[in-house]
Amino acid sequence: MRVLVQPEPFDAAALTQGFGAGAGAVVTFTGLVRGDDGLTALEIEHYPGMTERALSEHAQAAAERFGLSDVLVVHRHGRIAVGEPIMIVATAARHRRAAFDAADFLMDWLKSRAPFWKREIGAQGPRGWVAAKDEDEAALNRW
Amino acid sequence: MTLDILYFAWLRERIGAPRERVETSAATVRELVAELVARTDRHAAALSDLGAVRVAVDQALTDLDAPLGNAREVAFFPPMTGG
Repeated sequence: MRVLVQPEPFDAAALTQGFGAGAGAVVTFTGLVRGDDGLTALEIEHYPGMTERALSEHAQAAAERFGLSDVLVVHRHGRIAVGEPIMIVATAARHRRAAFDAADFLMDWLKSRAPFWKREIGAQGPRGWVAAKDEDEAALNRW
Repeated sequence: MTLDILYFAWLRERIGAPRERVETSAATVRELVAELVARTDRHAAALSDLGAVRVAVDQALTDLDAPLGNAREVAFFPPMTGG
């Protein structure tokens, strides 16, 4: 299991090189900053200490619940330009269903329970904080 | 007891500081909030809508009725928007 919270960009290919060796299924999901409405970047604040701890606990919970042989979670903070990756999750399991479900479960949790807060940056500078979405909260109830 | 209070995102901006240290005898998060609200107008404004505020005690998510016990750190922040 590997959990990283970092400001630096990451190389998804390098991070997943050799990930899940021996598993029957590996699922990876990478989230990118979308350039909606003239957005130029996102600025992501986190809670140093709690964020790493919460991510580790949840990655562990996903590994147990879905029988994963390995799990990777990397989430960036700080300023991230449109088009750049924000985060990646990778899950490895014997069969595809567990790997897909575990990645989906981790993403639903990251959206509304991991201590990160996004602010939009436009050409004129910082805009508002991104509001939590009801559908993200509802998605958690699936699990 | 002495507590470190942390604020994130728009709560940090409205309070005007990322953290502060307070002396308190509050037994629950809700009692602590009442003491903070009485400190300054900024605190009162930032903590006026508790439906929009989430709380962690010693870096674990909890709710307003949580006991503080021997807590060292309490954080207030908006609903999280990761991923």
